[in-house]
Amino acid sequence: MKTSRAELKATLPSFGWLLLFVLVPTLLVLAIAFRTTDPAGGIGNSWTLDHFRALGHKSIAILLWRTLWISALTTALCLILALPVAWFTSRAPLRWRSRLLLLVIVPFWTNFLIRVFAWNQILHSEGGLARFLRSINLLGENDSLLFNSGAVVLVSVYTYLPFAILPLYAAAEKFDFALLDAARDLGASALKSFTAVFLPGIRKGLATAFLIVFVPMLGSYVVPDLVGGTDGQMIGNKIAQRNFADRNLPAASAMAALLTLFVLTPLLLRKRETAEP
Amino acid sequence: MKSSRLPLITTILVLAFFYLPIAVLVLNSFNASRFGTTWQGFSLKWYERLLERDDLWIALGNSLKIAALASIGAMILGTCAAFALKRFRTRLQTTHHALVTVPLVLPEILMGMSLLILFVAIGQPLGLATVTIAHITFCLSYVALVVLARLQDFDFNVVEAARDLGATRTQAFFKIVLPLLAPGILAGGLLAFTLSIDDFVVTFFVKGPGSDTLPVVIYSMIKKSREFPVINALSTLLLLITFAAVWTSQRLTTRTAPHT
Repeated sequence: MKTSRAELKATLPSFGWLLLFVLVPTLLVLAIAFRTTDPAGGIGNSWTLDHFRALGHKSIAILLWRTLWISALTTALCLILALPVAWFTSRAPLRWRSRLLLLVIVPFWTNFLIRVFAWNQILHSEGGLARFLRSINLLGENDSLLFNSGAVVLVSVYTYLPFAILPLYAAAEKFDFALLDAARDLGASALKSFTAVFLPGIRKGLATAFLIVFVPMLGSYVVPDLVGGTDGQMIGNKIAQRNFADRNLPAASAMAALLTLFVLTPLLLRKRETAEP
Repeated sequence: MKSSRLPLITTILVLAFFYLPIAVLVLNSFNASRFGTTWQGFSLKWYERLLERDDLWIALGNSLKIAALASIGAMILGTCAAFALKRFRTRLQTTHHALVTVPLVLPEILMGMSLLILFVAIGQPLGLATVTIAHITFCLSYVALVVLARLQDFDFNVVEAARDLGATRTQAFFKIVLPLLAPGILAGGLLAFTLSIDDFVVTFFVKGPGSDTLPVVIYSMIKKSREFPVINALSTLLLLITFAAVWTSQRLTTRTAPHT
């Protein structure tokens, strides 16, 4: 079909806005990453590859590796916890389904910082939990529940779990549970029918849940900043540090370009998967 | 198939996991103890302290201003986007659809970072205007999705009918399409409003002097590890507002879509 004038008029406002404030800035980041740094904190006038060379530094590799495994572990835990919830909710009586869903959604409507802050208080070294664990010798005198990568995973699971439950529920609700009975009748074990029939049946939901948790996790910034300490820093923290503490926009841009690459990979893989019949 | 207890137990544990931290927060806001480690009696002093914090009230004002402007902007642009995406099936719309989806999947830090670079590059001073532009950008996509979902069972024949009966294109849009879509647009606007109020990362990158929003102030209070009980009190108030907003939007959605 050809593009009509009416279509142009309807498309232009949002298309133009997104072009100007999403596409152009993203390309600009890529361009600025090749610029030198102005000593005053601005963007220099000449071109350089230095910022990309700096990404090869060992400390960045450590940071990237940590970003990857924290994101992967968080995503795995979210999926493992979300599966039974989605299963239970989709098999509950209709009246109960919407109530259960609402219970899942409400924490996600709560201010994100406040949810992180709640954990900050619970895990605090002077908090009740830390004292209790110390009293039964599960926690060393100088150990802390806060400011390590474990705390980052825990709090990330807390903030992203609702996002994993919703797509899994949507997929499970459409799944025909009679198929499981059929599999059992044909002699499959409960586990076998779960892995060979149920999981493939909700494959699309699983893929969505994976992306919706994993991709934003890669760019995680607030959670590691507030509960991660030095051992729990992720690539997002480095970008922010280059921006705000070092005032080095080109270096931050190079790192952002690297993160964009990491983010695009799973998204493009997904695109190919959905393009297949 | 014999039903296992595992799903039920996990669901209960997950819900407890969701609500326990929130409960601790609310409880601690009434705790007279400064550190919230032990219960030292009921007190409203943190709420009184909250009233004295002028910076918080200014920040709340900024948040509300930005959220109102951003949700109106996103409602207009998002509705246009949804309308175009549903009405036309061309290559242009495939690109359009991809552009609308990008802000939904782009990590916030990348969006904040790229917008900051844009504003620096064009020499736009950072402030309320830049924060509002950034918020419209990510809210737009959510509004478009919500309106698009409502448009799924929209019958474009009514537009043709109106046109046949002599309405101009503009009249048909304002008198037929808009009233039919109003509940969906409002639901999208409400979502945009909460997303805007809630946003920290993007705001943190593009804010300037005098444009601190409530999350920005909360963040710096947490970072400085001071006045935790005051944040508790503030959080409890915000929770109340959230619950009221969820309740309202639930009412809006159930009324417009009785079949779900």
